[in-house]
Amino acid sequence: MGVVSPRDHLAAVKAEIQEVSDDRAAELLASEGAAFIDVRERDEYEQGFIPGATHIARGFLESRIESAVPDRERRVVLYCASGNRSAYAAKTLSELGYTDVVSLAGGFSRWKQNGRQWRVPRSLDKQQFERYSRHVLIPEVGEEGQLRLLDSKVLLIGAGGLGSPAALYLAAAGVGTIGIIDADVVDRSNLQRQILHTEERIGMPKVDSAEIAMKALNPDINVVKYTERLESSNVLDVISGYDVIVDGTDNFPTRYLLNDASLVAGIPVVHGSIYQFEGSVTVYKPYEGPCYRCQYPEPPPPELAPSCAEGGVLGVLPGVIGTMQATEAVKLLLGIGDPLVGRQLRYDALAMEFVELRMRRDPHCPVCSKDPAEIEFIDYEQFCAMPARAAAAPTIEEAVA
Amino acid sequence: MPPILRQAVGGAREVDAEGSTVRELLDDLTGRYPAIKGHLLDEGGELNRFVNVYVNNEDVRLGNGLETEVSPDSTVIVLPAMAGGQR
Repeated sequence: MGVVSPRDHLAAVKAEIQEVSDDRAAELLASEGAAFIDVRERDEYEQGFIPGATHIARGFLESRIESAVPDRERRVVLYCASGNRSAYAAKTLSELGYTDVVSLAGGFSRWKQNGRQWRVPRSLDKQQFERYSRHVLIPEVGEEGQLRLLDSKVLLIGAGGLGSPAALYLAAAGVGTIGIIDADVVDRSNLQRQILHTEERIGMPKVDSAEIAMKALNPDINVVKYTERLESSNVLDVISGYDVIVDGTDNFPTRYLLNDASLVAGIPVVHGSIYQFEGSVTVYKPYEGPCYRCQYPEPPPPELAPSCAEGGVLGVLPGVIGTMQATEAVKLLLGIGDPLVGRQLRYDALAMEFVELRMRRDPHCPVCSKDPAEIEFIDYEQFCAMPARAAAAPTIEEAVA
Repeated sequence: MPPILRQAVGGAREVDAEGSTVRELLDDLTGRYPAIKGHLLDEGGELNRFVNVYVNNEDVRLGNGLETEVSPDSTVIVLPAMAGGQR
């Protein structure tokens, strides 16, 4: 084999591929059918790029092009700084079976010189890149998805059993703003399952304890604390501005109030509930799927309401359910996958079984069939505080005793 | 059977009942275990609004309600609302 000079090699490659002028590339960009790929190194890309382009450094081109451009027939416009690396990249893509690949002659330098549109990308800083690298590596999330999470706001109702894993995973995931509403203080009996809190923080308001735990895991996030209960008077002020609500509350009045308010505010609610060895998760997405009242138009009477009776719960159960709630919240924020809208996933820890129940919107729902402007909030009787009357179910009587 | 009703049926997760519709099935069930009747049905014999019944994982309220037909191999799940996050 003869020795080939780099210059001759480049010339040979350029003879095999197609180049386009910046003029033609601008037309392709405007027509929006072509995929623009920036094959420069990351630090070059950070100085400025062609809006709409996806950054895949040339070294990662073979491994990442399929998720960026799954359709091999689609036109691909590659660019680098001057048009040489993109020429090599174009050859690589045609070897991978891409049929319509062009390289921008003169690259980003000429594009910029000719006064064409470019901008500096928003990007993760070095520490964030390291922290979230396992997210960035997933094509469905990537740097863009991570930036979206950092811009997102999630409200947790309750910093208890369900709120604990949800708060920790959402904080770890880099959800930029996490609100927590809880009026309680940490009690020793919480620590069997509420992994946000610690022995040293017994007596501390749960929202303060939660903030310490979340910030220790990820100082990058902002925690907004509400040491109060949700009531009809404050509910809209508290929830407005959040993208997703994770409902891990322990009582029916809050469940119903939150449902009604989330319909008015148009915020999806990731609902979780637990009892003894069983739990369930679903997503109430306003006006797209059923709401809580489509499923349960009315709360049960006090003597039949299990949560108030403290029937007990296996400590790891909220870990499973709360973690699934966090998963659904992240999916909703990123707009990926199939959230549990119109589906209720039930988990039985003793049987180690999952069952999926299907639910539909009720056209006669007392709340979501109405115009949101007509929805009025009700403060349901705080029946949890009432002494339980003689109940039909022995379980409840025993638990109260 | 949901956890809160299990003690009333002798602790069983699953119980057998006979009937060709959900109504017949629940009548048979509440005949066998009178303690759960108040949980499931209101005074007029209709399903309480805080209880859902699923036949083969579909909510009967959005189908034929208590008249929904069941066959010998149907799975029927009774599910009252649960509040619990636990404080």
